[in-house]
Amino acid sequence: MGLIDILLARAKQGHRTIGYPKNPPVLPELFQGRPIVRPELCRSGCGKCADVCPTGAITLPTHIKNPELLLFATSDDAGGGDDTLSLDVGRCIFCGECEKVCGDKAIEFTKEHRMAASSREALKLSGETYEMAKALDKKALKVFGRSLKLRQVSAGGCNACEADINVLNTVVFDLGRFGIQFAASPRHADGLLITGPVTKNMELALRKTWDAVPEPKIVIAVGACAINGGLYAGHAETRSGIPSWLKVDLYIPGCPPHPITILDGLLRLLGKLDE
Amino acid sequence: MRSRLTLRNAEAAPLKAIEPFSAAIFAERLLRDLKGGYRLISYFAQKTGGQNARLYAVIAYDDDGLLRVAATDVAGAFESLTTDTPQAHLFEREIFEQTGLVPKGHPWLKPVRFTGASPEGMGVMKFHRVEGAAVHEVAVGPVHAGIIEPGHFRFQCEGETVLHLDTALGYQHRGVERSLKGGPDKRSIHYIETLAGDTTIGHATAWCQALESLAGVDISFRARGIREIALELERLANHVGDIGALAGDIGFLPTAAWCGRLRGDFLNMTAVICGNRFGRGLVRPGGVAFDLAKSQVADILNRLNEAHEGLDAAVPMLFDSPSVLSRFEETGRLSIHHAVDLGLVGPAARACGIEHDVRKNFTRRPEPSTRFTISTWSTGDVFARGMVRWLEIQRSIAYVRDRIRGLPEDGSMRPMKPPRNAHVAVSLVEGWRGEICHTAITGADGKLALYKVVDPSFHNWMGLAVAMRGQQISDFPLCNKSFNLSYCGHDL
Repeated sequence: MGLIDILLARAKQGHRTIGYPKNPPVLPELFQGRPIVRPELCRSGCGKCADVCPTGAITLPTHIKNPELLLFATSDDAGGGDDTLSLDVGRCIFCGECEKVCGDKAIEFTKEHRMAASSREALKLSGETYEMAKALDKKALKVFGRSLKLRQVSAGGCNACEADINVLNTVVFDLGRFGIQFAASPRHADGLLITGPVTKNMELALRKTWDAVPEPKIVIAVGACAINGGLYAGHAETRSGIPSWLKVDLYIPGCPPHPITILDGLLRLLGKLDE
Repeated sequence: MRSRLTLRNAEAAPLKAIEPFSAAIFAERLLRDLKGGYRLISYFAQKTGGQNARLYAVIAYDDDGLLRVAATDVAGAFESLTTDTPQAHLFEREIFEQTGLVPKGHPWLKPVRFTGASPEGMGVMKFHRVEGAAVHEVAVGPVHAGIIEPGHFRFQCEGETVLHLDTALGYQHRGVERSLKGGPDKRSIHYIETLAGDTTIGHATAWCQALESLAGVDISFRARGIREIALELERLANHVGDIGALAGDIGFLPTAAWCGRLRGDFLNMTAVICGNRFGRGLVRPGGVAFDLAKSQVADILNRLNEAHEGLDAAVPMLFDSPSVLSRFEETGRLSIHHAVDLGLVGPAARACGIEHDVRKNFTRRPEPSTRFTISTWSTGDVFARGMVRWLEIQRSIAYVRDRIRGLPEDGSMRPMKPPRNAHVAVSLVEGWRGEICHTAITGADGKLALYKVVDPSFHNWMGLAVAMRGQQISDFPLCNKSFNLSYCGHDL
């Protein structure tokens, strides 16, 4: 195998980097993206969606929690205020069970890949609006906007989130073209990208890694586990997601999120996407 | 007459068929069997109150495809077999950590996962130390340089040469086995799918086989076929990724770049079946939750052909380049004797010349129509571990091509029944890292009284440590990648 053969093979490989974000991403036909919750469609009030949810992501309005109140419920109750059917997409592992059991089509998974959010509250869905992740403030963008170096810490992650973060470094996604790179040392990083429910056995290591990152620094949570503990929320062995001593700047939901969802979140954080 | 239970893969039997031996006979027979060619595939204890517990050993004989389950009742302690048969070493440490039963005479009793450790106590244990003026110690992790799970490595070195590597894992411990008790419930399958997220299909298949055998449900041939296809796609994605990563570690960039892309192509084939790149939601008790339409079959076949062409351009050049061979050959060599003694599984074992593969040795009835060839190599080095993967990639592609065209039309999902009470089932699957072993025991109420998972990594971490002896410490990343073991699969 000589250099010429390698060059010939290289020529055959062609250009393989996707056109995203200029062109829309190519997603699997059966892709489960961001859910839409339509409380006004929930007529039966059966509560089955919450029953089948493995991570407790669904909150029912009071009149469904207390079926005897259902008799007195009016149609106004469904949509009004905080007391309404909602789905916390931060906890959601996208198993789709809620959609399957809902006879009213009140919960529906769409093909929408854009799911990252800037606050925990924005991940709690009710109705069709969704507040997408905002860019860092001007001062932070001046520091990170053209070059963001992240240290990845897996703290109980199952290696699915990690694997689909890793693919961003392949020629397909070519993360480097956006000025984003993963650094080997926290001292060379501008922030942490955390996966996993943060096991108790990893918390100290996470803290030491955080302490080693120079200021100013940011935190990105990838996957249901990091956001809220996911399936592992409430386990004595975990901290149910990123502990409160860290302030999260970007939440990327999913189990695991599709690489495009992660990329979309990172680009929004750096103000590189308009809509 | 005391007896052990003989089972085929994914067969259940009443628990009372296992009549416990006395502790002395249990130990004697287990040792005799393990010295006589059986492999210890699972070994665990179930607490029965106070200091009392029942020890279960599951052993496998590759030549007859049968599994044997033996038990003994012990109080407080049991005989360690580690000195005579090293494959028991980690199982005994695990039993000690989980139940407090002391394996008497264990040469190196220390934590496996640091269950319940204080934050300061995490990872603190007696590491194997080499003394001497020229000896120094290198500590790596738990947080590593790449996007990779955490674990701690402690090297004893003389200059650049590694004398010994000791591993402290447990950073990923999430308490999965404990949470499966009392199930199955709505969370169980999701725990299983995230045991090791890169082995979603492998572990989910093992779980479903166990539950189906406990319930006495036969799934359709079509569902079995779709599970097998998904299992091979999972193997393909990971093997292709591993070959790319091996190339990357030695700076051979063409193969690294192309395999990085091709790995994704295989993940996307799984997503054609179920929408998720890791196969989440596909394998469910009773069958598969997604059927394959004709158009999907055609789509997958097209993608498979394209990926195969890409691989033919990307991989042979790796194994043909002298600069690559000089780095792969003789690096991280493990002898077949060590591999057998340690009970290694999967490509790491086959790279040492061990002819063991669940797909061949522990087939389920009725036997599959497709003939299967075990891929082996003999040199036990990084080259062999890479080459076995390449052989398996080619055979997996042929297998998927063959299987997907001939799927029977007998439905994809059958109604499930609850598990029978007081039964035991052992379920094996050849995951891409090797043998996955799930053992399920139901209680009088039909709920899971015990669920024991053995990920292939549990057997193989010690193999990496032994392969590092006498190696340059700078070759650790390459050796580590050639095993590519799971941290969370070990730590559960």
